[in-house]
Amino acid sequence: MLTRNHLFTGAAALVALSLGGPAGAQEPIKIGELNSYKVFSAFLEPYKKGWEMAVEEINASGGVLGRKIEIVSRDDNGNPGDAVRAAEELLSSQKVAFLIGTFPSNVGLAVADFAKQRKTLFIAAEPLTDKIVWEAGNAYTFRLRTSTYMQTAMLIADAVKLNKKRWAIVYPNYEYGQSATAAFKKLLSAKQPGVEFVTEQAPPLGKIDAGAVAQALADAKPEAIFSSLFGADLAKFVREGQQRGVFKGVEVFNLLAGEPEYLDPLKEEAPEGWYVTGYPWSEIKTPEHAKFLAAYQAKYKDYPRLGSVVGYSTVMSAVAAIKKTGSLDQYKLITAMSGLQHMTPFGNVTYRALDHQSTMGAYVGRIAVKDGKGYMKDWRFVDGKDALPSDEEVRKMRPAN
Amino acid sequence: MSAVLQVEGLHKDFGGVRAVVDVSFAVDAGELLALIGPNGAGKSTCFNMLNGQLAPDSGIARLGGRDILGMSPRAIWKLGVGRTFQITATFASLSVRENVQMALYSHAGKLGSLLQRFGAAFTVEADALLDQVGMLEQATRLCGVLAYGDLKRVELAMALANQPRLLLMDEPTAGMAPRERVALMELVARLARARQIAVLFTEHDMDVVFSQADRIVVLDRGRLIAGGKPDEVKANVNVRDVYLGGMA
Amino acid sequence: MSLPSILIQLLNGLASASSLFLVSAGLSLIFGVTRIVNFAHGSLYMLGLYGAYSLIEALGRTPLGFWSAVILAALVVGLVGVAIEVLVLRRIYRAPELFQLLATFAVVLVIKDVALFAWGPEDLVGPRAPGFGSVEILGKRIPAYDLLLIAIGPVVLGVMRLLLKRTRWGALVRAATQDREMVGALGVDQARLFTSVFFVGAVLAGLGGALQIPREPANLDLDLAVIADAFVVTVVGGLGSLGGAFLAAILIALAKAFCIGIGTVHLFGTEIVFSKLTLVVEFVIMGVVLVLRPYGLRGKKPATPRTSGEIAPALTSPRWQVAACWMVLFLVVPLLGDRYVVVLLTDIACFALFAASLHFIMGPAGMVSFGHAAYFGLGAYAAALLFKRAGLPMEAALLLAPFCAGLFAVVYGWFCVRLSGVYLAMLTLAFAQISWSIVFQWDSFTDGSNGIVGIWPSAWLSDKSVYYYMTLALCGIGIVFLWRVLFSPFGYVLRAGRDSPLRAEALGIDVRSFQWAAFVLAGMLAGLAGAAFAFSKGSISPSSVSIGQSTDGLVMVLLGGVETLTGPVVGAALFTWLRDELARDTQSWRAVLGLVILLIVLLFPQGLVGGLKALIGRWREARA
Ligand SMILES: Nc1ncnc2c1ncn2[C@@H]1O[C@H](COP(=O)(O)OP(=O)(O)O)[C@@H](O)[C@H]1O
Ligand SMILES: [Mg+2]
Repeated sequence: MLTRNHLFTGAAALVALSLGGPAGAQEPIKIGELNSYKVFSAFLEPYKKGWEMAVEEINASGGVLGRKIEIVSRDDNGNPGDAVRAAEELLSSQKVAFLIGTFPSNVGLAVADFAKQRKTLFIAAEPLTDKIVWEAGNAYTFRLRTSTYMQTAMLIADAVKLNKKRWAIVYPNYEYGQSATAAFKKLLSAKQPGVEFVTEQAPPLGKIDAGAVAQALADAKPEAIFSSLFGADLAKFVREGQQRGVFKGVEVFNLLAGEPEYLDPLKEEAPEGWYVTGYPWSEIKTPEHAKFLAAYQAKYKDYPRLGSVVGYSTVMSAVAAIKKTGSLDQYKLITAMSGLQHMTPFGNVTYRALDHQSTMGAYVGRIAVKDGKGYMKDWRFVDGKDALPSDEEVRKMRPAN
Repeated sequence: MSAVLQVEGLHKDFGGVRAVVDVSFAVDAGELLALIGPNGAGKSTCFNMLNGQLAPDSGIARLGGRDILGMSPRAIWKLGVGRTFQITATFASLSVRENVQMALYSHAGKLGSLLQRFGAAFTVEADALLDQVGMLEQATRLCGVLAYGDLKRVELAMALANQPRLLLMDEPTAGMAPRERVALMELVARLARARQIAVLFTEHDMDVVFSQADRIVVLDRGRLIAGGKPDEVKANVNVRDVYLGGMA
Repeated sequence: MSLPSILIQLLNGLASASSLFLVSAGLSLIFGVTRIVNFAHGSLYMLGLYGAYSLIEALGRTPLGFWSAVILAALVVGLVGVAIEVLVLRRIYRAPELFQLLATFAVVLVIKDVALFAWGPEDLVGPRAPGFGSVEILGKRIPAYDLLLIAIGPVVLGVMRLLLKRTRWGALVRAATQDREMVGALGVDQARLFTSVFFVGAVLAGLGGALQIPREPANLDLDLAVIADAFVVTVVGGLGSLGGAFLAAILIALAKAFCIGIGTVHLFGTEIVFSKLTLVVEFVIMGVVLVLRPYGLRGKKPATPRTSGEIAPALTSPRWQVAACWMVLFLVVPLLGDRYVVVLLTDIACFALFAASLHFIMGPAGMVSFGHAAYFGLGAYAAALLFKRAGLPMEAALLLAPFCAGLFAVVYGWFCVRLSGVYLAMLTLAFAQISWSIVFQWDSFTDGSNGIVGIWPSAWLSDKSVYYYMTLALCGIGIVFLWRVLFSPFGYVLRAGRDSPLRAEALGIDVRSFQWAAFVLAGMLAGLAGAAFAFSKGSISPSSVSIGQSTDGLVMVLLGGVETLTGPVVGAALFTWLRDELARDTQSWRAVLGLVILLIVLLFPQGLVGGLKALIGRWREARA
């Protein structure tokens, strides 16, 4: 029969497997990075450019602890199972010092739990879910990006000011949309008693039936709409809504819609007057941002997206932690991460010792259109530390480590 | 002595087509009854009602006192009816012996086992059956590669596996060489007489029919037009007109 | 809902139905004639959108530019369809039907990366249709373009009907749909007929996509999103029936629109969120239709239940020497390799059992499942929930999980074994999707989209190597058990039932009951694989119940070969390892994986193991 060939192929495959990871001597410090590059490529390609630029900058200035840094990056297919396996490979075969990255909330949560199990530092770059630092928080996981709760809280002031009674809500039906909606309802009800949520639509992520959804919202006769749609869902919703006159005389709040990733594809149809969080990259004049912008444009001949800032800053956080620790000991690293401060293109951020959330802020403003392109006008920067619940509330949500 | 199978008033319409109209006949143990008639006469329809594949519109078919019309093929098989198909149906990926063993296992109610090896039991019985139909030399070949005539033989062996009282054979020799046909039906006749099996079969080859059948019934456009011993049927004017004349 | 709202939602539904119909009509046409389940049909739709976008940019946003772009895009996609047929499928028409499915799946992977390369990752929002504004109906505004779409569906249906009724080509297509062998016998040039059918089918998909450009941004997720919908529509309508596809498209689009329109309803104090049903309503419809009308709304029972042309070869059991050598390898390698090798091998062990259990019903029992992930995922969830919510010890959760998965298989299987062929496959898919959407949306119980985290094995198993050996033992026993069963009377009955259900029934065998039992057995073992997988990851998410997981299983089985026992195991190992390797170091790993699969498909039409066996056989003969 096929004994010989069977064995041969099998052996070859297994040998190939076991030759996976070379061990290094006094070589670069390796940091493991995972992300869903193929699944969420629109956000993650700029993100990757961001961290690549950061690595280049750090190494050009001599690295850290006298060693260069190297990012070993893996695609997790947007799938928690694959992510955990990739994380294991990074730790076991690649011998990385610790982990950074991830985008969707479920992958972030799975890797966070894995980090806890393996007692390894994990800096979650993108996942927005509040759980990752609160209900499901752990000692080893830190999160950089402005969370769902924070972004929602940043919009609340404007929402309260408008004093609209009837609100309609639309959100993509998964963790991010659900937690944004929950945060919004809680915060607005607290600040504006008597507010009414007249309808809720939860279309599946990436598969919104925009005409029907827009119509259903309009039928409820809301005075204002809170949306957390993004990407293709947002584009479809905007177009259908405009053609059907759904947004006439209705104020709309939309998380993330000011981020170039999602705003730019809308071109001249960008919905004017919407309240959004985002990233008005061309108008931010702080020295730290100007420096980042110049370097990015010089390197890539392209403008940065929000993902670029996140990618860049994540690596900067990792380096700052190593610098502060002076070693790669996990326990010392997480101790250093608690309360760690460093500079990002959005100014100084601090990883709070309380819940491991960074205080990275976000830009809040309204969408306007100029020269066939959407942009953010009347924007202001909100520091993340001002958009978080009280320490008391956080302690209640977060399990003791 | 009473008939093994007694059919009375069998009737079937397909939409407007009256495929079988008020057909009655009986088959005795050890007897070969040939059901003949031109194409489209309703022979297969009769068969399919008797073997449970078609529900009749009306009629009775008594097998040992029970009406089998409307029963499932499975139940009918369990009452002791073996059959061969007009277009052979065997298990192509199984060997000839395994095909017969399948029938034997099923007859013994031993198919539910998960861990025994199939084929360990009933080898002797299967080989005996294969020997009877002359397929023993090919016992280990897959049914999928057999010649058509050989498949018919395998079907016969399978049909015999549950020691049937009645054999239903729709065109058992179709697709075989003339000499093979006679040989196969001779074999059937021998087995039927030895084991007292009633056999109902259809056949196009008149040589086979008139040499092997004990009795013949003739169908035309759904109706029985004649019946009796081969010589009587041969002499029947009706039959000559509508059938034998047409064939010639 | 007020009357105007109902009317508007009706129009919304009809507008969405049009494109859905076009894609499904193409799929149905191709299946009818070639018997190929074209997984890449959604990719063709996606290419239609991208093509229309680029062509409009090139030709200008004028009415002329817009409409020429739409037509051109459809034609170009038609040519892509021809290329797929000529370059890939034509070479494997003789292979088992399912193998072609694998080939089209590989094409999906390739097209996705080509599109990423050509158009970049960002969503491309096309222009509105020039000259189309909004119209007001009963005081509500609706895009005029939607009304045009509503009209296009019936027009295309009419044109296709004419083509089929009045032309020689149409007559051939109809004849081939009814009886593929007959057309071959009539001496028709089959290759040309198939190519032309692929062209027309692909044009329909491309047109369906291109027409959506004012309504939907071109993006890379469309292929799989659309193919699932198109499958459902085609099957609900009845394979090969254009009128049925049209009906089904309308039925499903309307159901979705009304779920959204109804929104949240309070009934007897409980809140029912209808808009969340959009994820699942089409699969519920498909399930109900298939249970009530096994061949879809307008489909007919195929003339011959099974093409008798190709015969499944006999199964041979793996030699114990081979098995022993493999075992030794699997036992020893972890001692040589690093920790990650152990992790990867654990995955491979789980997937091998998953694939073997799928093979069990798919190969010998002849029941193809497109939804086998249901049992893998539900087993994983059962383990996680028993462990976290019921507080059982990890070991108990692991061992009880297969029974929970088996329970689902009892219910789902009861319905599934009443069908056969593609209809059966689609019903399994429907059940899997229904399970997925429940897992995905039942936040309070399953933690919804987040999945369940913190499900780590007990202390004595916490070492990866120990866990690996345990998984290896469990999965190994599972696989050997399945193999053993295949050579038992029970297993032979399954093969007999596949070869000739007619004969089996005539031998007094209750084929369906055996198939049902097989379904349950396979479900349980898939559940065991899922449970072992869950504890190895420490977390479990809805993706373990998803279509993606099901197709992974199919690819593993087909890659290794359906017709051998070791095939699925080798396929699982190869696929898992290949994907891991490629994803690590290759930018376009999807395309590379697709090409590798295509290469295997073209070189070894019986799957890798089957192909190797044939090669060795030939080599032996040559030497003898
Ligand atoms: N399933 C069916 N549906 C409609 N008509 C049928 C069907 N089966 C047989 N018929 C018709 O019934 C008549 C008898 O057919 P059949 O029993 O096959 O004849 P025979 O076997 O004697 O050649 C024919 O006119 C045939 O067309
Ligand atoms: Mg006949």
